[in-house]
Amino acid sequence: MWSFHRWFERHSLILLIGILVVVSIGGLVQITPLFFIESTIERVEGVRPYTPLELAGRQIYIREGCYTCHSQMIRPLRDEVERYGHYSLAAESMYDHPFQWGSKRTGPDLARVGGRYSDEWHRAHLDDPRSMVPGSIMPPYRFLARAELDASRMQDHLRVNRILRVPYTDVQQANAVIDARAQAEPNGDAAYDFEQRYPGAVVRDFDGDPARVTEMDALIAYLQMLGAGVDFSTYQAEAPENQR
Amino acid sequence: MATAVDSRDGHADAFAIAAIIVLGAFFALWGAANATDRAFAIQMWTALTAFLVGGVMLTHQLGRGAVAAVTRYQDGVVKAGVIASMFWGVAGFVVGLVIALQLAFPDIFYFPDFGWTNFGRLRPLHTSAVIFAFGGNVLIATSFYVVQRTCRARLAGGLWPWFVFWGYNFFIVLAGTGYLLGITAGREYAEPPWYADIWLTLVWVVYLLVFLATIWRRQEKHIYVANWFYLAFIVTVALLHIVNNIAIPVSLSGWYSYSLFSGVQDALTQWWYGHNAVGFFLTAGFLGIMYYFIPKRADRPVYSYRLSIIHFWALIFLYIWAGPHHLHYTALPQWAQTLGATFSIMLWMPSWGGMINGLMTLSGAWDKLRTDPVLRMLVVSVAFYGMSTFEGPVMSIRAVNSLSHYTDWTIGHVHSGALGWVGFVSFGALYCLVPWLWKRERLHSNALVEWHFWLSTIGIVLYITSMWISGVMEGLMLRAYNEFGFLQYAFIETVDAKVLLNIIRALGGGLFAVGALVMAYNLWRTATGSAPAHERASDVPAQPAAVAAE
Repeated sequence: MWSFHRWFERHSLILLIGILVVVSIGGLVQITPLFFIESTIERVEGVRPYTPLELAGRQIYIREGCYTCHSQMIRPLRDEVERYGHYSLAAESMYDHPFQWGSKRTGPDLARVGGRYSDEWHRAHLDDPRSMVPGSIMPPYRFLARAELDASRMQDHLRVNRILRVPYTDVQQANAVIDARAQAEPNGDAAYDFEQRYPGAVVRDFDGDPARVTEMDALIAYLQMLGAGVDFSTYQAEAPENQR
Repeated sequence: MATAVDSRDGHADAFAIAAIIVLGAFFALWGAANATDRAFAIQMWTALTAFLVGGVMLTHQLGRGAVAAVTRYQDGVVKAGVIASMFWGVAGFVVGLVIALQLAFPDIFYFPDFGWTNFGRLRPLHTSAVIFAFGGNVLIATSFYVVQRTCRARLAGGLWPWFVFWGYNFFIVLAGTGYLLGITAGREYAEPPWYADIWLTLVWVVYLLVFLATIWRRQEKHIYVANWFYLAFIVTVALLHIVNNIAIPVSLSGWYSYSLFSGVQDALTQWWYGHNAVGFFLTAGFLGIMYYFIPKRADRPVYSYRLSIIHFWALIFLYIWAGPHHLHYTALPQWAQTLGATFSIMLWMPSWGGMINGLMTLSGAWDKLRTDPVLRMLVVSVAFYGMSTFEGPVMSIRAVNSLSHYTDWTIGHVHSGALGWVGFVSFGALYCLVPWLWKRERLHSNALVEWHFWLSTIGIVLYITSMWISGVMEGLMLRAYNEFGFLQYAFIETVDAKVLLNIIRALGGGLFAVGALVMAYNLWRTATGSAPAHERASDVPAQPAAVAAE
């Protein structure tokens, strides 16, 4: 039986093919079904694509490596549900390219941080975390309030998202640059049109600086919508289509 | 770094590399001119500089290479790999120490006006520097050394091995400086941006071809077991890297890209990649080191040839399934979680099979542990391998994972494998390689190896015990209820409770970094110093205990 193995030891290409076959099986069996089994993602109301400002905020969240310390995935365990809110659904991250579930909670989970604190709290906390939470070991993000948001490429961002099947409309794509500013300027001319294009999105001056739209605006806009989309009073966890 | 050009290859390799450099420089210049953001512009200027330096080195090489005699083995590139490994090792450990200090003393080590020094940007720099820069250079250097000796053939491809070395290190510089600029793909261990990913793919394919072509030149009938592991590492990492990093850039002149997958599919693809970066980069590749350097250093054959066959195929088959244990209790369907945990537990067996094969290779040579600190380092690395490959399956059990996941326990587990196994087996291999490559009879100082060994061992013990205590404590605190049925602790109370443990962790990491500095000094003195020059008598490969029946 052992002499059979000399085929692998004497022919590098047979060894190579053997390796490729052996390492492919696991991935194929585990990953491919997720793209075809319909129940992988629940059917829920309320999950919408990010507004341009939120999407820009999400880029800042990724850029600053927030995912290295904060998860966005609440597990169905009693303490987590009581601490953070309803456990996370697959549907809630279906427009996330890439996902930001995280793997470590040096800080708390953020999957449902949206609406939990005021914009002012976030501003002060990002400026100096220990001013709001004594004992916190989070780094300060003061520079975000000084950095003007560069939203000039937002149309391209929405275009790529549409290629990836995130359901933005032609109108949303065409107005992406305007909308990125409009969401942070409640008294601006474009605010009304923005609200028509993104029902349910909030228009506010997130960073408290009406003169400018900053990276702080974008990040807080993103944080304030996290986990706030699904109406869990109507969500049927026990319904057959949501059983996985 | 210049070395002999393999005359048989003519200059085809040089022309092809020159073409790559010209194309690369052209793209970099175009990118710098059209950059949509400042960070990308800096990356492209960096790339342009690198390609120009590469062009100068190539020209210089051609100018002198043609006259140099062809040596039996191509050791120049291995020497370069050893130097790069030591450099990146020290750099990666120091950055690790800095971020540990940030968590222990946030008031001292954070600078509100320098956002690029924040934990979120330095942490990917640390992980990439130790895994890909240090580990990757160790793997490239040792694989190039081992494949030549065990095949009794000179490294194939003329200048291509040098392309692999410089190309890989260019990838590291591009990715590392990118993290500081805020350029990241946002998924752990797969953080380099799309253009760096494409470049790495090119380098990696050349690496595979150089390795394979050297095997084709072999003067041994059998391919030695260490090379199976190196080959599995190279091939599988290519597969993982390509599939996981498929993305659409927003613009060809900007760094931002969107992953092809989203949400739950993206999560599973990422952890299929992430766990097998552990399985194939940090395990299979370093097992190749174990299977060459331990028999060589102990001067004993590998304990069991049959065990090495079972070890190899079982390990690579089972590892690839284990990814979903990173996603217990998440929105990933439970069948996938269960499958991942099942295979993770089964993985314990081949892992310990490998450990037994490595440790038992010392049969009849155990006394050398007393006199040879380098061999001791190699053996202790295998012991740490056994420990973390037992801890891993335990942590993949759902009930255990519900406590350990998201906590410092995971960090402790990773570091027992990374510092204990990967670190020590690499140190052992580098301590072997430097006297061999620089033709010295022995290391500059065995006493300094002892110092390194004990500093690092104490450092690791402080690190992993503090993280175990910290992880289990915060896990228990977060699920604690008071007598009224309310959650007993706020999240910040777990942070407060970990202050001392974070300091102990930084102390442990500091000792490990100091040990590496001692090592760098020792290796430097060995290579340049006064220990007598020495021509190695035997460059023959270690043989398995028995060869397959003919």
